[in-house]
Parts: sequence; structure tokens; C-alpha cells
Amino acid sequence: MAKNIYEKIWEAHVVHEEPGQDCILYIDRHYVHEVTSPQAFEGLRLAARKVRRPNLTFATMDHNIPTTDRSKPIEDPMSAQQVETLKANCAEFGIACFDMKDRRNGIVHVIGPELGLTQPGQTIVCGDSHTSTHGAFGALAFGIGTSEVEHVLATQTLLQKKSKTMEIRVDGVLPLGITAKDIILAIIGKIGTAGGTGYVIEYTGEAIRSLSMEGRMTVCNMSIEAGARAGLISPDEKTCEYLKDREYLRDQDHEALAKAWRAWASDPGCTYDRTVVLNAAGIEPQVTWGTSPGMVASITGKTPVLAQIADTNTRLAAEKALQYMDLAEGTPIQQIPINKMFFGSCTNGRIEDLRAAAKVVKGYKVSPKIEQALVVPGSHQVKMQAEKEGLDTVFKEAGFEWREAGCSMCLAMNADILQPGDRCASTSNRNFEGRQGKGGRTHLVSPAMAVAAAIKGHFVDIRGWKFNG
Amino acid sequence: MKPFTTLTGIVAPLEALNVDTDQIIPKQFLKRIERTGYEDFLFFDWRFKSDGTPNPDFEMNAPRYAGASILLTKDNFGCGSSREHAPWALNDYGIRCILATSYADIFYNNCFNNGMLPIVLPVETIERLFKEVRASEGYKLTVDLPKQTITTPVGSAIAFELDPFKKECLLNGWDQIGLTLRHEDRIAAFEKAREAAH
Repeated sequence: MAKNIYEKIWEAHVVHEEPGQDCILYIDRHYVHEVTSPQAFEGLRLAARKVRRPNLTFATMDHNIPTTDRSKPIEDPMSAQQVETLKANCAEFGIACFDMKDRRNGIVHVIGPELGLTQPGQTIVCGDSHTSTHGAFGALAFGIGTSEVEHVLATQTLLQKKSKTMEIRVDGVLPLGITAKDIILAIIGKIGTAGGTGYVIEYTGEAIRSLSMEGRMTVCNMSIEAGARAGLISPDEKTCEYLKDREYLRDQDHEALAKAWRAWASDPGCTYDRTVVLNAAGIEPQVTWGTSPGMVASITGKTPVLAQIADTNTRLAAEKALQYMDLAEGTPIQQIPINKMFFGSCTNGRIEDLRAAAKVVKGYKVSPKIEQALVVPGSHQVKMQAEKEGLDTVFKEAGFEWREAGCSMCLAMNADILQPGDRCASTSNRNFEGRQGKGGRTHLVSPAMAVAAAIKGHFVDIRGWKFNG
Repeated sequence: MKPFTTLTGIVAPLEALNVDTDQIIPKQFLKRIERTGYEDFLFFDWRFKSDGTPNPDFEMNAPRYAGASILLTKDNFGCGSSREHAPWALNDYGIRCILATSYADIFYNNCFNNGMLPIVLPVETIERLFKEVRASEGYKLTVDLPKQTITTPVGSAIAFELDPFKKECLLNGWDQIGLTLRHEDRIAAFEKAREAAH
């Protein structure tokens, strides 16, 4: 019988199953970071348990770390303590840890694929909801809580129930100027932030296949914003090509691996519990206007008119969001001014994102209305590559700040934080109230749209941009 | 883990859709390395004004809801970040049971791993409970997990659905790691079979 990729991965990882209980599912990769792990390690110590497979577990520091000079100590004592705690826990339990000064350091969802740790057909978990990113490689990857982190550390398995499956097919050719970020924001706008709850999504169709691995990671990354724990894309030539010669895959028979990886792809004629279809031709550059990723409009659109929203709860939520965002009903998106810009995160902090943004920036200057425009690479290796290509110079000459890698202002746990009343164009994934700083207002956009807004001081349609060179 | 069987308690209303875990507990409180002591950080940006005093406009702050152990809310509660600090903060504040129309997956699972019961109810029931809670001060509900019912002050019973395995775990306060480790031989056999295949 024809099977979809989720069914294949699930079946290959069931360790034990009995009626009336959740399945015990084997976990191939466990990524760990400083914020959601200390209590899990403490739990192990209290119960005198060990890490079952330290060699399948990899740790990095990303959420809390400064993006400024790395040679200086972390100023915030609590952040420093958390980082030191992770280092000590990894040493105690024998886990590889890419600390702040390691060349492999970076955002956990950027470095997993970059190092070749993330591979097709794997089950991957991390105490972080954006673990769905790794689904771009045809892996079943999802975020877990700290109790589950402890469970995986102790048993290398998780108790799981099989999810329903949803196919989201994006047909047709992506129009010029439309990116992976616009696709996923348009999907969330269509199915809603709880549209994927209880499902694992597989993204299919011509527009998805045409995306680079970086673009596919952007799409899968925000599956969680549509309510789905995991979103994946069947592996193909691009997947195998990306992984070739990556650090943890060197000296292995690539052809044999690639053959095995491609076998995980969904079979022709397989079925899903639900299918949603979008046409790529209809997708415009997207900008969120509210405090939930589903509150999104096209760049040619406006903020909603409350009287036109039929459902009472939805209308009240929109009203509250417009109030928090300090926006009037029916405001054209292109008239919204910004005073801050953040480029980075596990959604859009990769080399391709930097290249796309640098292309827009070349020959322009950041608008004098902008108080801060941060460019934060997703990993140290991404930063090195960008510097090799001279992209850092393009940004710096235009007036952007070029920083060290980390999660930074996506969640503002470090010093990169919005002030009350700030309005920020951000390439990150969440526009929740206060997400980037208490009282801060976040508009989610693609990398090109973010830097264009920083140059003009307000949102503009990237499809009309005049590129220099 | 403490078993959950029955609970009678004050119900606090939180009228909002898509309450994300950043609202339940903002990021500045995730820097701690302890598992408890999060009660003062729950709904921090809503609960407190910038000078640190309680915000009188936040409904849960009303004295009538003091000591609440049941939270009444709406769609997609607990969306966003996987931070288990969200259920920890609710639990530390005294909330043991949540009533909502739907939950985000990760948050939902995290609740059970802390001995808390998130219940899904139809939208009409939730809307009715919001009215009843606001209409009478000291409004209490009794949640009976073995019978899977919620009883209102006038004695009417509302049935709810729950996965039998999750129910069993809550009723017994089972340690999930301990449960899984009973099958350690199966895990070892699985690992061995895979090594042989590679």
C-alpha cells in the first residue's frame, strides 16, 4: 500500500505498542539548549538516572547569549548561570556541546542541518517548538517540553500517539519576489493558527519543490505557528545535495546514503486525512498586522475593518490586536512606518536569506527614521560564509549593525530587545504581544521585505524594488 | 507526580483567544534553572502595571477570583513556544485544571506531565460557563476525573472526553519515565536490530 512519509517514519521508529497506551517511539536525534534543559538534567540527577545515548544528543547555546563581542563575559548573571549550567551538565553526562566560542555554535535549528546531523527519515526532538524546521529534510521533527526532554535523555524514546496527516500543496510557479516566508504566512493566513492542531503537515507541490533547502526550512519552521507540531517535505535530489560532505557525514558513502534517504519520500498515490491547496500565483508579499501570525495581509492590502468580521470572538481579538499594535482599522499596509528592524532567527537567519537581503540593500542606506537595524546570522558558520562573500560590508555600509550569531531579538532573552512603543519589521516567526520586548510591536515579513522597510522607513512592495547592480 | 482525582475550586475567567505561552510567562523569567517558584510571573505583562502593582483591568486580579484552581478560557490556549515554564507558572499559582475550547499540542502534553488536567469543552458550554462565573461571586466547579464530569453549583453535570491512557496516568500520578523503562528490554532490542541493519 502507498504510504506517506510520516507513516513510513512512524512505523520505522515504533519500539513498543500495546492497546490503550501511547506508543514508545525511538528518537534518533536530540538537540538541547540552555533554556529548556536545566530542570531535565536536574530531574535525572534526583532520580539517579543516566543519559541513555549521549552520542545521539547535541547541545548548543543560542537563546540567551549576547550577539556582541564574544570575548567579554555575559553581563546578565542569570543568563551566564544558565549557559554555565548547560556546559556543566553536558560535561557531567558526556554530551557534545557547541559552546559560545565553538566554531559550530549557532541557533540549534540552523546548526543541526548545517553540520549534517539532521538527516531524512530521522525522528528529531528538541525542547523548542521550532524543531519543526528539520522537517525540511524529510525528518519527523517536533518540539517537546522539559519533562519530555528528561524522558528522551533517560530513555532515547518518547510516548507518542499517531497524528493525523495533512497535505498542503502549493501548485504552480512562485512569482518573482515571493519567498518561502510569504508562502508560509499565506498558509497560516488561510488555515489559521490552530488549523494544523493534531496534524503533521507534509508540504508538496511544484512551488515547494522549487524552493532551496533554506526556503524549505523557513516553511517547515513555521508549521508550529499553524498549530501543527511537525511539518515535513519529502527528500529529493536537493536534500541529498545539501547534505553531501557536511561535517558529520564526511567519509561516508554518499551515494548509498542518498539512495536510502530518497526511499523515505511519500509514495505516489499515498493518502492524507486532509488536503489543502494553494496556488503560488496568488501569493503576494505578506506582512502581519496583529499579534498572532494568522493576522496577516498582503503588502497591497489593509488592516481589517472590524465591522466586516462576522465572528464575535475573532472581531474582539482583532480589535484588541489593533489596539496593542496602535493601528487604525483599514490602514494600508504600505503606510505603516517602522523604527526598528530585526533580521535573523531560525526562520530566516541562513546564508540564502542574507544573500537575498544584501541584494536589496546594495547601494542604499538605512532610513534616518530607523533607530536600530540588526542583522544577526543564524550561526557562526553562516556569519563566516557571509563575510567571505562580503555581505557584511554591504550591510555595514548601509548602516545596519552586523552581529554575532544567536536567537537574539526573535525572543529578546538577551540584550537585543524592543522598547515600549517600538515598531519592528522582523524576519522572525512570532508577533505575539511583548515577544520582542514589552510593549514592542512586531510585523513579520521576509528578509527582502524587512531590509526594504528599513531603507524606506515603512513597508514597501518588494516587487517594485529598484536593485542596484 | 501527585495523582489527580477530583477537584473543587474557584473558577477564574480569561477571556482571550490564542493565549500564547509568551503571555502565560514572558521570556525574562525563563532564565531560572529551577522547576518551581514561577507563581509571581504568571501572565506577568497582563497582571501587573509597569510600576509592578496589580493591573485592576485584568479580570483574574479581582479579589473574587483569589485562590482560583480552575482557569476558564477560549480557543487555542497555550500556543507558541514549548516552554514548560507555562504549566509550571499556572501550577505554582494554584491552577490545576483548565477549561477551554482547544489547546496547542505541546502545551496540552506539558500539562499532563505536571499532573494538571486540561479539559476541552464545546464552545456553547464555554460561553455558558463564562456567563455563570461572572454572574455569581464565589462560583465553584467540581471536576471528577474518574467519572469524567464537571458539576456546576446548581448540580448540573457536564461530561468531558479524555484519552484513556492520559486519564490513567493522571489518576495514578505515574512517572512516565518509569513507565517507559519497564520496556527497557524492548528499547535495547530495537537499538540492537538497527545496528545490525546498518
